[in-house]
Amino acid sequence: MKIENPEELKKIANKIRIHIIDQVYEAQSGHPGGSLSCADIMTVLYFNQMNIHEKEPEAPLRDRFVLSKGHCSPALYGTLVERGFLEEEQLKTFRKIDGNLQGHPDKNKVPGVDMTTGSLGQGLSVANGMALNSKLEHDGYRVYCLLGDGEIEEGQVWEAAMTAHKYKLDNLCAIVDYNHLQIDGSIETVKALDNLEGKWKSFGFHVLTVDGHDIQSLIDAFTTAKLTKEKPTVIIAKTVKGKGVSFMENKAGWHGKAPNKEEYEKAIKELEGGMEKC
Amino acid sequence: MLEKKIATRQSYGEALASLGEKRKDIVVLDADLSSATKTNLFAEKFPERFFDIGIAEQDMLGTAAGFATCGKIPFASTFAVFAAGRAYDQIRNSICYPNLNVKICATHYGVNIGEDGATHQMLEDIGMMRALPNMTVLCPSDDTQTKWMIEEICNRKGPAYVRLARMETPVIYDTNQTFQIGKAVQIGEGTDATIIATGVTVAEAIKAKEQLAKEGILVRVLDMYSLKPVDKEAIIRCAKETKRIITVEDHQIAGGLGSIVCEVLAEEYPCKVERMGINDCFGKSGKPEELMHAFGIDAEAIYQKIKE
Repeated sequence: MKIENPEELKKIANKIRIHIIDQVYEAQSGHPGGSLSCADIMTVLYFNQMNIHEKEPEAPLRDRFVLSKGHCSPALYGTLVERGFLEEEQLKTFRKIDGNLQGHPDKNKVPGVDMTTGSLGQGLSVANGMALNSKLEHDGYRVYCLLGDGEIEEGQVWEAAMTAHKYKLDNLCAIVDYNHLQIDGSIETVKALDNLEGKWKSFGFHVLTVDGHDIQSLIDAFTTAKLTKEKPTVIIAKTVKGKGVSFMENKAGWHGKAPNKEEYEKAIKELEGGMEKC
Repeated sequence: MLEKKIATRQSYGEALASLGEKRKDIVVLDADLSSATKTNLFAEKFPERFFDIGIAEQDMLGTAAGFATCGKIPFASTFAVFAAGRAYDQIRNSICYPNLNVKICATHYGVNIGEDGATHQMLEDIGMMRALPNMTVLCPSDDTQTKWMIEEICNRKGPAYVRLARMETPVIYDTNQTFQIGKAVQIGEGTDATIIATGVTVAEAIKAKEQLAKEGILVRVLDMYSLKPVDKEAIIRCAKETKRIITVEDHQIAGGLGSIVCEVLAEEYPCKVERMGINDCFGKSGKPEELMHAFGIDAEAIYQKIKE
């Protein structure tokens, strides 16, 4: 499945956003802000870029995706539903005691989840291991790793960046969901990421900065990454936390909070309105 | 017990280099310590399957997890304090929880590493690693057992933590000896006491046993190389058959072998257990033999304990 039309991809992203709100509302728990900010990135990866097979989730030569910011599992589950790996009905079990959709993704419980994540800072190292294996076996598959901007305060991310550079992992593409907010407030006040591009460049990455909600820009960036040789790529995706739901946008408070009934209805109404505009 | 001495880290390196021939699915990772952990023996033969991740243990274990998701059997090595200690959360969340087939072969445990001192003497790793679901925890006592163990964990899916020593220790077993994960080896039939030991303290316990035998005190030694799963049946049997149960380990007495034996006996056959090991303190610099003596885990200390 490869969808080229940006308008069609926008509609899918909007459906994923509705799934995110549905899951968090139903569970009355979860992380809507960062899930909404990465919905367009997820859409482009799963519907335009990655070589994956919903009927064979473990296909050895498939591209891999590591959601290093594991708390944004509602975005991943919503994407897997739209892509045919999961039944929509299953989303109702998100964060529930009898369900498989854990608060943070569990690779052994959900088809299409390539790695169990949740403890921040660990995903890029795992992605490196996958990319190294692809190189070692000449398998040719690519590996994508989505990082939060707050997440890259973890030192292990930079250890992994050095490893990706050492082994010239041009089959690895990291994405930073740069929405500028973390739990305690703005990234700039908690621990500023000044000169983020320069940081990644100095670690040997090919750096692309794009509007993380502009579908065509994302497609172009991922395509450029594929053509880049001898070095890993990082896409710094400038995003809005809570994107698509007006009262959640740019509010740190919606990092890990569920909407009440009134808020839920308002959010869904806005997103369904967005669907019509697409 | 033979005159020949070899450190279990050396046996590990040799075993890996040999296994690499037939097991093309093995990859080896190290964190800038390959000449000390002996993974350099594999690296020399199979450079394309060896990855030096540099001084970045957390990243190394995450990378190993990534390889494991693709069907490889990664062996990741560094000093025990940097594996079990520094990278605990990576082992917990990226290896044990997803039940990935990563073999963590950690060298330089305990005070037997000697001169480097307390910062490098890992004394809590058995406790930390055995508390993790899915993890197998092993500590071999000699060359023969180590070589068996490295091949055995290759054939057994799931995470494993192997504790390997820097200090050279005697070869205890001939190559006909059989081992099994979850089983202990009993050495001797004495009924005056059972000395339960693991890793470097097994040879010390055997030395003490031989000295005591000259004085008519007959003890047996239980080599507890498989710490998780542990041979409960052997512990209970020895508690029933012998007058005293003594554990001895190059590890804190809390959380390690002594605790394991206490847990088994408290539930199954309550009796007194005497624990020898590091008692709630850090190690220090010195020669390995001096430290083993100073911390009361050498043959002399075991001998004196039995004579009490």
